[in-house]
Amino acid sequence: MPMDHLGDRQRNLSARSKTGAPADDTGTDRQAAFRTEGLSKTYGAGGPNEVRALDGVDLELPSEELVVLLGPSGSGKSTLLNILGGLDHATRGAAWFREMELTAMTDRQLTRYRRDHVGFVFQFYNLVASLTARENVELVTDIAMDPMPAAEALSLVGLDARLDHFPAQLSGGEQQRVAIARAIAKRPEVLLCDEPTGALDSRTGVAVLSALEAVNARFGTTILVITHNADIERMAHRVIRFQDGRVIDVARNRNRVAAEGIRW
Amino acid sequence: MVKPRAIDRKLLRDLRRLWSQVAAIALVLACGVAILLTAFGMIRALDTTLNDYYGRQRFAEMFASVRRAPGKLVEEIRAIEGVRSAEARKVGPVTLDLPDRPAPGSGRLMSLPAGAPLLNMPLLVSGRMPDPDSDREVAVNARFAQANGFRPGDGLAAIANGRRLDLTITGMLRSPEFLYSLPPGGLMPDDAGFAIIWMPERAAGAVLDLEGAINDVALTLHATAVTAEVADRVDALLAPWGGTGVRLRDQHPSHAFIAAELQQLRNMTVVLPPIFFVIAGFLVNMLLGRIVALERAEIGLLKALGYRKSEIALHYLLLAMLVACIGIAIGWLAGSWLAGGMARIYARFFDFPWLIRPDGLDVYAISGLLALVVAGLGAARAALTAARLAPAVAMAPPAPPNFGKGPLDRLAAGRWLSQPAKMVLRGLLRWPVRAAMTMLGLSAGVAILVASSFMIDAMDVVMDSAFYRANRQHATLVLGAEAPAGAALQARALPGVLRVEPQFDLAVTLRNGHLSKRLSITAQPPGGDLVRILDTEGRIVAAPETALMLSRQLAEQLQVGPGDMVEVEVAGDRERDFSEPVAAVTRQYLGLGAYMDHDALAARLGRAPRVTALHLALDPAALPEFQAALKTLPTLAASVMLTEVRDSFRETIRQNIRWNTILFLTISGLITAGVAYNGARIQLSERARELASLRILGFTRTEAASILLGETAVLALLAQPLGWGIGALIAQGMVSGFDSDLYRIPLVLTPANFARASLLTLTAILAAALLVRRRFDRLDLLDVLKTRE
Ligand SMILES: Nc1ncnc2c1ncn2[C@@H]1O[C@H](COP(=O)(O)OP(=O)(O)OP(=O)(O)O)[C@@H](O)[C@H]1O
Ligand SMILES: [Mg+2]
Repeated sequence: MPMDHLGDRQRNLSARSKTGAPADDTGTDRQAAFRTEGLSKTYGAGGPNEVRALDGVDLELPSEELVVLLGPSGSGKSTLLNILGGLDHATRGAAWFREMELTAMTDRQLTRYRRDHVGFVFQFYNLVASLTARENVELVTDIAMDPMPAAEALSLVGLDARLDHFPAQLSGGEQQRVAIARAIAKRPEVLLCDEPTGALDSRTGVAVLSALEAVNARFGTTILVITHNADIERMAHRVIRFQDGRVIDVARNRNRVAAEGIRW
Repeated sequence: MVKPRAIDRKLLRDLRRLWSQVAAIALVLACGVAILLTAFGMIRALDTTLNDYYGRQRFAEMFASVRRAPGKLVEEIRAIEGVRSAEARKVGPVTLDLPDRPAPGSGRLMSLPAGAPLLNMPLLVSGRMPDPDSDREVAVNARFAQANGFRPGDGLAAIANGRRLDLTITGMLRSPEFLYSLPPGGLMPDDAGFAIIWMPERAAGAVLDLEGAINDVALTLHATAVTAEVADRVDALLAPWGGTGVRLRDQHPSHAFIAAELQQLRNMTVVLPPIFFVIAGFLVNMLLGRIVALERAEIGLLKALGYRKSEIALHYLLLAMLVACIGIAIGWLAGSWLAGGMARIYARFFDFPWLIRPDGLDVYAISGLLALVVAGLGAARAALTAARLAPAVAMAPPAPPNFGKGPLDRLAAGRWLSQPAKMVLRGLLRWPVRAAMTMLGLSAGVAILVASSFMIDAMDVVMDSAFYRANRQHATLVLGAEAPAGAALQARALPGVLRVEPQFDLAVTLRNGHLSKRLSITAQPPGGDLVRILDTEGRIVAAPETALMLSRQLAEQLQVGPGDMVEVEVAGDRERDFSEPVAAVTRQYLGLGAYMDHDALAARLGRAPRVTALHLALDPAALPEFQAALKTLPTLAASVMLTEVRDSFRETIRQNIRWNTILFLTISGLITAGVAYNGARIQLSERARELASLRILGFTRTEAASILLGETAVLALLAQPLGWGIGALIAQGMVSGFDSDLYRIPLVLTPANFARASLLTLTAILAAALLVRRRFDRLDLLDVLKTRE
């Protein structure tokens, strides 16, 4: 669909000029992973408790970048992530993953999309308590098209020695790394992380971030990380600021720091 | 072997983690499967065996008795269109002088046709058939021989028509006509005291004074025959000779009894398994509902990972299916074992030569399938909920339940309630459907106990009414033929006899328009003290001088009441038909009854009073002399020692009750404990955090546990009156269900019954609650608070 691609670029430019970000010298020759147009989500529309969680978000995220999404609590970060991940539906506007218009997809198609393209990491590790680390990863490799072996994914996050431990026998950081291993085991094109370090102390948080960084570098996985921790923006290619359901700023980070160098 | 998928391994681990609840549900389900298997299996075994046995031995389809008809009449019967074959027989009562019994035994003498019998062919068990030309040789039924230790070649002393006969037993037989046989006047089979005696036709004719004559006919019909037409023509042929009307198989005593047993099995199949299945389905529903609620986050995760709705629904359905499979396995094992036991009981009760138990693979399949369907239905709601959970919603922690503000909620907010009481009350109001279901489940246990012990109380009333209020005689002598009233004086002269009350039984058909009933009118002189009639209130009443009294059952069947006229057709003597008004309705639990004054009946028949039975009061000290004298009494058909009947009746009932009590206690205990345990466990897992917080706030274990179990306690108490009500309804249903011509039971509901049922179920609930309490005590507070739910 050449026309679409053309359109992409144009909107890409306009979006950038709108947010006032500096012209991007590398992003334009890469294909956008995600793109949204006037994306809105309203809870309890018309009622007394109407909440505009997303209020016309126009955004474009290039492939293979590690993007950090910052914003105050309740600003709609999780809502955006959920819609991009195919977990939730928008009220208005459109969102694309590559050429796929997510906002036009049925539940069944969204399931397919999640299965084939997306990896998730959540704040609470979300492991199945009755499955071991390896089995939690196999939950994904069982249904993915071209997964890596579960042991390999766990080894990538440094958990070779914990394969057969149950979640209850793992520390919080280890559990979160299992969740990352599970997310990357299917070699997803995008990895969506909602406060992956939110429940962790600084040292374990860094271990988790390092794992994310490694995945990005090694597989070129597009990674979107929501966080409250401004320090983390230092390791991002790009930082998006959110407020009241809108993007208020998109900035490229020219001086990336390795995850190891972050402390909080 | 293929490695199971991770999601399936989760399933197996969940199953293991939930083993106690899984076991409770599986056991309830197993009960349903086992009962279905047993009852279905037995019904089929009985049906198949009956068909096979009846077919092979040519059990007749139509029977007729006649006072005395010429032997050649059978040729005319054979000529009736639709009759396939007919066989004439000579039948009569004999009394037996058995070496080991003080009182005379009784027997039924049957002629063996000269060639081989065409119908009702007896089956030779041991020895040989009697020589057709012998006048001493007989064959007896195998059970009688066995009970008395007779072997081929042994002698047997009998008295028939006042003549003493010294017979020789040549063989032991079984007959499809006597799968179940009651001695005359008896209520229970009596293998040792009652014999079927087959005697060659010529000899039987001599013994019974029926040379060249017959008094019994058996027929089979062509498949195309119209039964009613054939019956009319046979009746017409036999009427001039004192025919009492043909009977079909369903009026044949042995077959009717087995048919009643089969019907009871069928009723059981219809009533019991559904109860278990419904409760099991409900338990599955509760369990899965809770699991899905607790696993919201995991469900959301699976969805986020790309698992399809169908895969997730299937995951939870499979859990239910596995529970069902465990239940099915237990049910199949228990059912196979039970069916074996039942078969042995039937073999002991009925005189089957063999019992065919068709391999009921389909019954296994059907019962298994039903269990799976039940579990599936129970799980459906939870599985659908899981499939429908929107992933983004599922990932977020569940919103705290919305505690309402209805009138009941305001009540729960009252100041007069302690905080823990409020927690209990609000928990109930928050999930009213679940609370109602649990209550219903618990009340099922109460209801089952009420309904089962109602039977015990009812049988007590039946026994009391039949044996202590209505029939107080020590012995009843059944005479072989109608005797003049003077027979009473002869009986009075027997040693040890204190009082004699004569009775005359007249075989009749009572008719009201198109409604009719064949039975005997019982006629007694006024002022009877041994055998009495009870009115509907249980008061003793005398038969009126000029009218009939009918038992309520009979009156209802004929649709008559006091004041209505009933036509009385005298069997075998239609010239003497008369009509009679109904004076009153009586109460009677065993059989049907029509009563009339002794002299009034004689007057209606236009002849002197006669007797067919004598009720006696005896001096216990003279019992041996009395019994010895009976053995020489010429006109006796049978003597019934009521004391023995009472004892054997009571013993049989006692045994039945023991088994029933064990069965229903188990069932009720399983259901009650299963429901209570599941309910409390669900409470525990839902409230674990809340309770752990309370503990940390300084509540003692007991205080926290009382909140946990308070809800169960409240529901248990509410379930009691509900259970009584349902139990009373079931009892009412049983009263109607048992209502047959043979017997019926009264609706007796005593406070003691209710109290007992409640006590037992509350004990079961307490046991279940203690199990949960123990689990709660073992919970690690910090673990609970750390886990995210
Ligand atoms: N299911 C819902 N119903 C109603 N309102 C909702 C719902 N989910 C989220 N919201 C509202 O939408 C807004 C955005 O929520 P969202 O979870 O996206 O915020 P967030 O930026 O992720 O916040 P945080 O950093 O605290 O996680 C919030 O005001 C929230 O109250
Ligand atoms: Mg959020």
